[in-house]
Amino acid sequence: MAVVGTAPARPARPAWQEPPRRITSIVKGLVIAAITLVMLYPFVYVIAISFSAADAARSGDTLLIPAEFSLAAYRTIFAGDVVTRALLVSAGVTLVGTLLSVVMTVTLAYGLTRTREVPGSKFVLYLVLFTMLFGAGIIPNYLLVKELGLLDTYASLILPGAVSAFNLVVVRNFFMNLPQELFDSARIDGASEFQILWRIVVPLSKAVIAVIALFYGVAYWNDFFNAMIYLNDSEKWPIQLVLQQYVLQGSPLDQMAVSGQVEAAPKTIQMAVVVVATVPILLVYPFLQRFFTKGVLTGAIKG
Amino acid sequence: MHQRLDTLERPQTPQRTPRPARSGRSVWARAWRQRWMYVFILPGLLYFVVFRYIPLAGNVVAFQQYSPFLGFAESPWVGLSNFTAMFSDPEVIRALQNTLWFSLLQIVFAFPAPIALALLLNSLLSDRIKRVVQSVVYLPHFIGWVIVVSLWQEIFGGAGVLNRLLEPVGVGPLNLMADPDTFAGLITAQVIWKEVGWGTIIFFAAITMISPQLYESAAVDGAGPWRRLWHVTLPGISSVIVLLLILRLGTVLTVGFEQLLLQQPAVGADAAQVVDTFTYYRGVLGGDWGLAAAVGLVKGVIGTVLVVGANRLAKRMGGQGVF
Repeated sequence: MAVVGTAPARPARPAWQEPPRRITSIVKGLVIAAITLVMLYPFVYVIAISFSAADAARSGDTLLIPAEFSLAAYRTIFAGDVVTRALLVSAGVTLVGTLLSVVMTVTLAYGLTRTREVPGSKFVLYLVLFTMLFGAGIIPNYLLVKELGLLDTYASLILPGAVSAFNLVVVRNFFMNLPQELFDSARIDGASEFQILWRIVVPLSKAVIAVIALFYGVAYWNDFFNAMIYLNDSEKWPIQLVLQQYVLQGSPLDQMAVSGQVEAAPKTIQMAVVVVATVPILLVYPFLQRFFTKGVLTGAIKG
Repeated sequence: MHQRLDTLERPQTPQRTPRPARSGRSVWARAWRQRWMYVFILPGLLYFVVFRYIPLAGNVVAFQQYSPFLGFAESPWVGLSNFTAMFSDPEVIRALQNTLWFSLLQIVFAFPAPIALALLLNSLLSDRIKRVVQSVVYLPHFIGWVIVVSLWQEIFGGAGVLNRLLEPVGVGPLNLMADPDTFAGLITAQVIWKEVGWGTIIFFAAITMISPQLYESAAVDGAGPWRRLWHVTLPGISSVIVLLLILRLGTVLTVGFEQLLLQQPAVGADAAQVVDTFTYYRGVLGGDWGLAAAVGLVKGVIGTVLVVGANRLAKRMGGQGVF
């Protein structure tokens, strides 16, 4: 391990490498610029539209910056309670879900680190690994949630995907690579396993815990499918489902707030919803980025 | 997909010293000594049993004419009739065709894209530019499909930027988001846009593991940048490429479920139905639980066989395999 990201700093160009030809540099620069543009432009455009006055957005003058700056769209969505409530639901589900997922993943991962000494734990490990190979499918999962009486509850957005086997393996691999002497000496000093986990393992594993917390958080925030199949009550909808209904299906934004209004939401309002649904991801992205390469590759490379 | 790579199982790490089991201690005594560990295991185990294994058992509805009012116990058993019905259902056949076609396109176009991007980024001399570009291309991976489809709608939809640009030229209007004929290309492009950057991570890892001395001696022997790419870099990452490709082949029956579910209303079932969306529409919405569960079960079994087979193949070809 410790292969990526920690590679020793190389001089920009090793002595054996020929200086780049100008034509090569130009072509590469153009390709890189094109890729960057393609990746970023949709975000720029949507943000620009969301800050445009409704007429200016319709006229088509806004391509890069708002043709006529206006906060009207944001005022509208935050004045009504549909989007505000959906944001709160998403935030709540994301926070509670992430906390639960992280605690369960970390405890289970630690519980499965010493398969030789803890009878039965190897079997549990295989149970977990098998789920990566064979999943039950949509129908049985839906029927289970229904039988448990979780339809139309927030729990249905959290529990079905609470622990990811992939994240569990990542964390367990990380734990297995910690110096075992630390644990042994703590045990000799009379520390309980709980103390070892809380006082030694967790502080040493902050990076990997941050990674899985961010992965779980992003997954909860982005999830719309669970909400779509398990929630009938539109008052409980998270932001992604509201987005799907109002932007992709073109349902009127105030369907529930103002009954009888049938006109589809104007473009600027739709785009403002897209932006508020994206902003939290953009806010955590710098943190994500710091950790994720490490997270993906921790244990991904043998040796 | 590659996230699963290589992480399933790793051998015992060398620094772990085996603790000799004391003779004469029963399993129960050992288990009691480790009781804290069971406290840690229990909530997670409970989760996996309830939410992952009970649904496995729930697949019995595939052999029933299931009705939610009668429940599992009372619903009539129909043997394999759901399975025979499935193979003569034109919608299932259509969904299967679409699934395989989308998968093929993704393997041909979306699979090599991150390799090309990784090679391009790797050839940049400036680490700063490299890092900036990486931050940009990784971003879409973290954006949910609802938002991705919304963004694409604004660019390629009927009232989108593309048509605005085409208008003066006299072409259009085109609504690429609702055109069944170009739909397969559209979703492949979306997958590339969303995942190409993220996909480079694993290839970068492989590239950094190639010894710089190989490049040096190749250069000394007179190999230019292209020949070094061909004779050093590509052979150096070929085992990773082969492994990922084989694993991708193992999941041909899975194509972006959320992505297709979101866009099916615009283009219609004929162009966009895949195995997973069929299961959802026919089962959860249509109430034909038995047939939908049968389709899901067959898909799961075939998928598992393919993944296990692909892993065998990877090992036989000299790779490490995943498990």
